[in-house]
Amino acid sequence: MEIEDIIKEENKVYSKPRLLDDVHMHYCPGCSHGVVHKLLAEVIDEMGLAERTVGVSPVGCAVFAYNYIDVDWVEAAHGRAPAVATALSRLWPSNVVFTYQGDGDMAAIGTAESIHAANRGENIVMIFVNNAIYGMTGGQMAPTTLIGQKTATTPYGRRVDLNGHPLEITDILARLDGTCYVTRQSVHTPASVRKTKGCIKKAFENALAKKGTSVVEIVSTCNSGWKMSPVESNEWMERNMFEKYPLGDLKNI
Amino acid sequence: MLPIIKNIYFIHIMKEEVRLMKGNEAVAHAAILYGCDGYFGYPITPQSEVLETLEALMPWETTGMVVLQAESEVAAINMVYGGAASGKAVMTSSSSPGISLKQEGISYIAGSELPALILNVMRGGPGLGTIQPSQADYFQATKGGGHGDYRLIVLSPSSVQEMVDFVGLGFDLSFKYRTPAMILADGIVGQMMEKVVLPPQRPRRTDEEIRRQCPWATTGRNGERKRNVVTSLELESSRMEIINHRLQARYREIERNETRWEEIGVEDADYLIVAFGSIARICAKAMEMAEEKGIKAGIIRPITLWPFPKEAVEKAARGKKGILCVELNAGQMIEDVRLAVHDSLPVEHYGRLGGIIPSPQEIVDALEEKLINNIP
Ligand SMILES: Cc1ncc(C[n+]2csc(CCOP(=O)(O)OP(=O)(O)O)c2C)c(N)n1
Repeated sequence: MEIEDIIKEENKVYSKPRLLDDVHMHYCPGCSHGVVHKLLAEVIDEMGLAERTVGVSPVGCAVFAYNYIDVDWVEAAHGRAPAVATALSRLWPSNVVFTYQGDGDMAAIGTAESIHAANRGENIVMIFVNNAIYGMTGGQMAPTTLIGQKTATTPYGRRVDLNGHPLEITDILARLDGTCYVTRQSVHTPASVRKTKGCIKKAFENALAKKGTSVVEIVSTCNSGWKMSPVESNEWMERNMFEKYPLGDLKNI
Repeated sequence: MLPIIKNIYFIHIMKEEVRLMKGNEAVAHAAILYGCDGYFGYPITPQSEVLETLEALMPWETTGMVVLQAESEVAAINMVYGGAASGKAVMTSSSSPGISLKQEGISYIAGSELPALILNVMRGGPGLGTIQPSQADYFQATKGGGHGDYRLIVLSPSSVQEMVDFVGLGFDLSFKYRTPAMILADGIVGQMMEKVVLPPQRPRRTDEEIRRQCPWATTGRNGERKRNVVTSLELESSRMEIINHRLQARYREIERNETRWEEIGVEDADYLIVAFGSIARICAKAMEMAEEKGIKAGIIRPITLWPFPKEAVEKAARGKKGILCVELNAGQMIEDVRLAVHDSLPVEHYGRLGGIIPSPQEIVDALEEKLINNIP
């Protein structure tokens, strides 16, 4: 059989999502952000929402998300994505608005905006990439950094007496009456990627149905920040992160 | 109760009646009547009546305007940023400490070249300061306030009528130049009640009109165009410099076209008083009292604090014996006045601090003491 006989439409097993641009991403090899972008692009396209979705990108590694997914985007100040999304959603109720936030954005500088947008039950989707570190600024401690975890600002490991406890922001959000769906997932195996895609889809369906705020946390790796190989990162995440941040739905109504 | 208030309100508007209201209330009415799409604010004295009036008028049931009490001034200004990014006419209001919190957001709005309206009803600082009137945020409003090289169009109302008029003017200018505008009011204009004529109701722009007027806005791609991205980020220095040059060119254009001021009795005066906001009206009374003593003073009232009417001040100062800047601060606008007249004549400052409003007599005394008796 010749190669031309194999490269045929009917043999295709995978294609790049249409909404994902054909450009180099700035993410490190092994980083979870790229996979999450792909899932978003697929879900938005499959739901036919490309023309009425507006994304809000954070300050953090995903600041340039607007260079990769072909929908309208507003780039928010660090932590303020939920406030920006609140206005975008209320002023254009027929659009679907999502935020894309890191753990520093969601659970440190933007804690107030995140909690209050969710508490108001804004009809938005909050995608929360929890990599337990500040990726963009070079690997400093995040609110979700684990006890004992070494970062640029906890060089001997995070200590409760010095740095307090890892903040379980998603659990807090799940307790608010404004959220309708809060789930914690990962994208480190083919199965988890498929599962997370379903969760993102559900969150977008909720926004369309005006059910309130949906939060999809993705427990993620940052192999550069963690100073591990991608494979080691996945293993470290399974061993350490999932204990503190167990996967599954926290709320689904 | 509320629906009745609403009905009265619309009947009054139709008749174009003269009404009596507080500056802060008037801003709320003016926002609705302009066809404003959204207001986002957080309570702080002395401007909470803006949000309170809007909540009482319930414009979401009439014009469809969104009104939201945010969790902080930081959230409110970022809601304004989001709304402005999508082409809507959106605004916020606050008072000095809250305006300090908004500065990062204002810088983002300026950097992303978006229209928005911000009202600061100034109170005395620094810190928590006082709830009494002040003009101590002049530097913050006119020299930047937030980070980076940007300017706000700064309008200074001296009456409740101007509070109303500057809502429309502020929105119009901010859309024309795609840059944020600020109404820099003092607590007096916000709190005092005066006669005011409200403009007729303008319809809010339809989504289609917004898409046409603001092809850059994040309205959703809607089939016909490539994606829009609103961002102030540009890591490539050469491109960031080009963006800065573009902003600066626009600021020069605003300086050429939009400088506004008022003159009272300037031509045959010996002395010039420069004052903005409600203080200019106290100065007008002081001017009459001075005249009775044989002192001829004229007034220049800058209406745009940025762009500052430097040419008007320079022209008015020619042949005068001295300038008195009267401000509710320790001497801020005086720096712009000095720059305008290049030390060609004595320029003195008279100000009260901490929320104290000077009487006309005090201003006459200051004029005599600082410029007439003390001439070296
Ligand atoms: C007001 C403000 N403070 C600090 C920063 C610097 N900063 C940029 S990204 C970042 C942390 C981002 O971490 P996270 O939200 O966890 O996202 P990640 O980069 O890990 O994806 C910080 C502190 C900033 N840009 N703005």
